[in-house]
Amino acid sequence: MKNAIIHFEHFTFKYRSQTEPTLHDINLTIHEGEKVLIVGPSGSGKSTLAHCINGLIPFSYSGEIHGSLKIKEKETKELDLFSISKMVGTVLQDPDGQFIGLSVAEDIAFALENDCIKQEQMKEQVMDVLKLIDMENYLEASIHELSGGQKQRVALGGVMVDQVEILLFDEPLANLDPATGKQAIELIDRIQKETSTTAIIVEHRLEDVLHRNVDRIIVMNEGRIVSDSTPDELLASNILGENHIREPLYVKALKYAGCTITHNMHTANLDQLDISSCKEQLQKWFENTQLQNSQDKEAPILEVENLTFGYHTGKKTLQNISFSIKKGEMVSIVGKNGAGKSTLSKLICGFEKVRSGRILYNGKDITNDSIRERSQIIGMVIQNPNQMISKHMIFDEVAMGLVMRGVPEEELRERVDKTLKVCGLYPYRNWPISALSFGQKKRVTIASILVLNPEVLILDEPTAGQDLRSYTDIMEFLMELNRSGVTILMITHDMHLMLEYTPRALVIADGRLIADDSAAHVLTNQAIIEKANLKETSLYDLAVRADIPDPLEFVARFIAYDKEARKIWQ
Amino acid sequence: MAVEMLSYIKRTSPVHELSGATKLILFIMWSSAAMLTYDTRILLFLFIMSIAIFMVSKIHFREISFVLYFILFFLLLNNMAIYIFSPQEGVRIYGTSHVLVDIAGRYNVTMEQLFYQFNITIKYFVVIPAALLFIVTTHPSEFAASLNRIGVPYKIAYAVSIALRYIPDIQRDFRNIAQSQQARGIDLSKKEKLFKRVKNTASIIIPLILSSLDRIEVITNAMELRGFGKNRKRTWYSGKSFKRADYFMLVLGACILGATLLITFHDGNRFYNPFV
Repeated sequence: MKNAIIHFEHFTFKYRSQTEPTLHDINLTIHEGEKVLIVGPSGSGKSTLAHCINGLIPFSYSGEIHGSLKIKEKETKELDLFSISKMVGTVLQDPDGQFIGLSVAEDIAFALENDCIKQEQMKEQVMDVLKLIDMENYLEASIHELSGGQKQRVALGGVMVDQVEILLFDEPLANLDPATGKQAIELIDRIQKETSTTAIIVEHRLEDVLHRNVDRIIVMNEGRIVSDSTPDELLASNILGENHIREPLYVKALKYAGCTITHNMHTANLDQLDISSCKEQLQKWFENTQLQNSQDKEAPILEVENLTFGYHTGKKTLQNISFSIKKGEMVSIVGKNGAGKSTLSKLICGFEKVRSGRILYNGKDITNDSIRERSQIIGMVIQNPNQMISKHMIFDEVAMGLVMRGVPEEELRERVDKTLKVCGLYPYRNWPISALSFGQKKRVTIASILVLNPEVLILDEPTAGQDLRSYTDIMEFLMELNRSGVTILMITHDMHLMLEYTPRALVIADGRLIADDSAAHVLTNQAIIEKANLKETSLYDLAVRADIPDPLEFVARFIAYDKEARKIWQ
Repeated sequence: MAVEMLSYIKRTSPVHELSGATKLILFIMWSSAAMLTYDTRILLFLFIMSIAIFMVSKIHFREISFVLYFILFFLLLNNMAIYIFSPQEGVRIYGTSHVLVDIAGRYNVTMEQLFYQFNITIKYFVVIPAALLFIVTTHPSEFAASLNRIGVPYKIAYAVSIALRYIPDIQRDFRNIAQSQQARGIDLSKKEKLFKRVKNTASIIIPLILSSLDRIEVITNAMELRGFGKNRKRTWYSGKSFKRADYFMLVLGACILGATLLITFHDGNRFYNPFV
């Protein structure tokens, strides 16, 4: 057995501002060179645990600690943040916010500068790190010009330069498009092996992390460790489902089909999965599960014709985009980071002026209508709820748009109450917004748009950073709205969301619309997947491996079945 | 946008080659000289020098013209204010009165007053090119390093440079928030009454502050986790070391400042008087 590098013993932590401890009696040992994944729903304490390891707790966020946490045999509360940061390098979640330097080299050198390393030596060390992360041609590049994946590399480089022994990744996949996320996992794997460091990854996108082998998975819920086992053992159990963590889809399909999963089936990796015992059951399940046909939709409500736009003259962010959305549809807009998805939604809402092309609503040209005129029919919910909320109480926030329109008091009260009920926020109507969780805040922002009765609702990443339970909540809620007649457009990086909820997907790559097809078709078309940085679904591979005649249909049936199954525990 | 107007312009020129600290010290000496003296001969000499240095820097006039016009507008306001509040200032200073035009009461136009205001104007023209050059030829990363080198504690130097760096990000946040609030019916245009517009602005400012606080938390954690503030000193990756040209320019700058002070004060009067 290798040496323990991190050792929690009866560790309990309570934030100063809270009455209940966030972490309860944690006992956990991580050994040198291990690669450990920590999963858990929102509020399970996994981020807090990560903060304990990198020293932000107790040195930046104070609170009460009982028990002990030793890193390399040293009790952390007797150290200081700087000595801990020499041992533990942290890559934060936000790929943009954590950069300090303006250029790649400068950002990587930041830790060295603080150590008073001489300039010549610093340049050498920076170059070594750049080689390690394959970025040696970007020495002088400005960080803002990099792609999402390159930013992730630089962030990793910035902590590698310190020659840390432990690498801690706090939700490294959040905000990355699926293909970039996959590359990030490959990068982490390679770096960890090459430098034989210990790696700890906190992330709830389990299936994506399992793209490369991990030694152990720790499951957390309500401040406790509920499971600590190898991936194969964990996937054979029911622990993930019980704790509202999304299982890899192929594992779920196996379970639905009634296959018994044992820990020696190599479940953690689809390529190595021993499928022989399950083939028959999968085929049988496929035949027995039927798909309901969806009815045809009505006339187009929103049409976009040859839309072209650029923020700067000469550079085109979007080129010749044309599509038409029918009333009552639910459509996802997908594509790589920076492909122009958000820009497209801004053009539809009138936030930016189109350069050429037309936007039609019910056949009427609205290209030259103002933001305000369009807001009568199109509602936009931006990604970060904190950028929308400006009132103290929930009721006032939701009522704001109506107050601005001069709606009479009585009607206002009625409409707000109705919307709050639809959104499941009515019991909290007199609560301060600050008391809500991130998911609930998101709901408030949706409610504040919904109260204006838009015909078309556009949402930017409606489920980013949400765990499975709140994801299901929000999406089911949107489905209900959709059924009541609201047309919904969603910008997302979540391939599962796209498969599960939106029958149709618009794929944008490098400013052009490269596909307008059913979600299942998009996710099984290799050319589109590569061009738009998407990721194929593991269900398709599973179906192929189980010799199912129509893998595409298998994917569709699974999605329908899964949706029903999850409604039960909701 | 004004911020983009005042950003670093990459060129290869002797001015760009100088270290940020040299340029900062030179700028301070240069403006002290221009502030202290009213000697027209010196001011004219400095003015010609400014133009010459500006040409050497390869910065084009149009790249800074917006800011320049902006400052010139204030210069005009300043000149008008001086005349309105103190039309006899020139006469008081130079001790003679050569009236050109009479307007009303003490408001007449004298050669002395014109000459005095000409001196004020030329002071602006001495300082403006130097200030603009310092800003557009010093890389923002080097800015903190140069502040630190002239003795500003590095934490303060870094705070200043990070604040400057986040201006574009905050502008972007502001735009996003303003757009999404406008879509909810908040009117910030002139159609709305002033009081209501001010009130409406709050619905943008509050989310802006909250999301900026989020940003601050992230960047603070990121900096601390990478050892910022550990030692009393730190080194700078992009700091430039002094070369021969730096020392030469510093000595030259000191000589100009010294000479300026000597010529200005040797007769006990800051003003050069052509009227006696």
